Amino acid sequence: MTGAPAVKRGRRGVRMSSSSRAVLYLVLVLFAAGYLLPMYVMVVTSSKDFAEVSLATMWELPRQFSLDSFSRAWFGSREQGYTGLNDKFFNSVQLVIPAATLSSLLGSLNGYVFAKWKFRYSNLLFMLFIFGMFIPYQSVLIPLVQVLMSVGLYGTIPGLVLVHVIYGIPITTLIFRNYYAAIPTDLIEAARIDGAGFYGIYRRVLMPLSIPGFVVALIWQFTSIWNDFLFAVVITQNPAVQPITVGLNNLAGSYIVEWNVQMAGALLAALPTLVVYIILGRYFLRGLLAGSLKG
Amino acid sequence: MQRSTPAWAVAVTLKRSLARRKTSLDRVLAILTLAPSAAAVSLFVYAFIAWTGFVSLTRWRGVIPDYAWAGLRNYVRLFQHERFQTDLRNTVVFTAVFLTGCLVVGFLLAVLLDQRVAGEGLFRTVFLAPMAVSFVVTGVVWRWMLNPGTPETGYVGINLLLDKIGLGLLKSGWYTDPRIGIKAVALAAAWQMSGYVMALYLAGLRGIPEELREAARVDGATEIQIYRRVIIPLLRPITLGAVIVLGHISLKVFDLVAAMTGSGLGFSTDVPAYFMWDTTFRGNNFNQGAAIAVVLLVMVAVLIVPYLIYTMRSEAEI
Repeated sequence: MTGAPAVKRGRRGVRMSSSSRAVLYLVLVLFAAGYLLPMYVMVVTSSKDFAEVSLATMWELPRQFSLDSFSRAWFGSREQGYTGLNDKFFNSVQLVIPAATLSSLLGSLNGYVFAKWKFRYSNLLFMLFIFGMFIPYQSVLIPLVQVLMSVGLYGTIPGLVLVHVIYGIPITTLIFRNYYAAIPTDLIEAARIDGAGFYGIYRRVLMPLSIPGFVVALIWQFTSIWNDFLFAVVITQNPAVQPITVGLNNLAGSYIVEWNVQMAGALLAALPTLVVYIILGRYFLRGLLAGSLKG
Repeated sequence: MQRSTPAWAVAVTLKRSLARRKTSLDRVLAILTLAPSAAAVSLFVYAFIAWTGFVSLTRWRGVIPDYAWAGLRNYVRLFQHERFQTDLRNTVVFTAVFLTGCLVVGFLLAVLLDQRVAGEGLFRTVFLAPMAVSFVVTGVVWRWMLNPGTPETGYVGINLLLDKIGLGLLKSGWYTDPRIGIKAVALAAAWQMSGYVMALYLAGLRGIPEELREAARVDGATEIQIYRRVIIPLLRPITLGAVIVLGHISLKVFDLVAAMTGSGLGFSTDVPAYFMWDTTFRGNNFNQGAAIAVVLLVMVAVLIVPYLIYTMRSEAEI
């Protein structure tokens, strides 16, 4: 993916004067400030008291720090007539843990077969899998709703788990297939000669080597399932089972709600994936590059 | 005198033949392992697509399915529908702004970060952070930032900020102005996705050997010329990959529009994916929704299928 580290360091910008270095840093800092602007707005606005929130002062720091908006976004407000995000947050947790785990497991098995047990037309089949990653989900929504209704999974969290596991297969298969393709086939051959079978090789050779692959797939699935809105809004009409993205959208859609509560809600919805990203950003990046089809 | 085969060689031969016999069983196991996923993908992707295609040819309006044949009527009506025509125009504008923004800014950031910058990791983290966030969050936050304000409040949000830093001439009605509404939405999308392009280009730049630059320098090329004549052409596969991924995102964009503006004034920020959801699940016009879905799928397939075939072929050659 990246060049050899020895070459990487100390090569570019050979003839750069200190003044152009200063310009370089200035431009980068300005860009970074621009990228952080929405985060700034979220943090600043959500730590203001309602009395202090107005469009005219949105860029200013709070005069008095207040956590009131977070508690309102979390617990809701009966007198204002909106429900909080706490239930929805836990709905998302209940959704994302089984869905990300199951789709990663499936993806690793599929990737193992596609990388190391090629058969006739396996490449064509792989391509048919991958195409599923790019389809607009609108083209499957109508039958999906009908099928989920007929099996009693419509409007339930398990139904949403099923949907995310199935539509996660293409990307997780791709991630693991690329990951396993980089593992020498000699290793598999050696294990085979030592008598290991299909699952033996998977369990004793590939699984132990797969930890980084699993981290990438899990983070990727965690992020995209947590952030999903389309499946959530179509499949869960009932507020009691809605994930946090739908909850946030409803919170922001009701006219009574104050901006500070909305920003606190947005921060609550963004926090889990942001934390994962900040801690494990390297693996997130690898999933990103896998998504562009180049492992 | 005949030399006897050493015992270890016998053992290896035996093991090999045993392994070979096991191979056929292993192949069966491999295919069985893949079977559930293959079944799920054929049903949930391919059969569902066919099903949607079928619904798009029926008269199904209302809550109860109605499979009476309608032929291509839904498609004819769809393309005559003013809202859908607006949607297609919006998609073109959105794609143009979003792609240009992401590619230009992403490339620029990658080049800047490639100059042996102190704190590179920190900058990278900042530029990529928006990608970790949901489009719904982006929509909610940017709706507030791009609020142009009213005569009572005066300029607010980005407009106020632009005013304060002396760039007041860039002030705009943003998504409240029907002429530029969809561009404002594309701006928020570019904020979210440009870090992705930066990551792709940065990985690509790091893969270009320094000797190539040196050779060009020896030939008297300026740094700008090196980028124009050497680096950018070498990065073409990455640009293509980015265009494909961003392009399919922009054709499908839904959540950002739903959270930020909805259809907008006079459908000024409406897009096909939003129209599909609106007409199907709010309006119960399942036939029309299915037709929109099929058009969307065709647009994405035209972009993706040639690229997939190309990628698989070039991979098979290696």
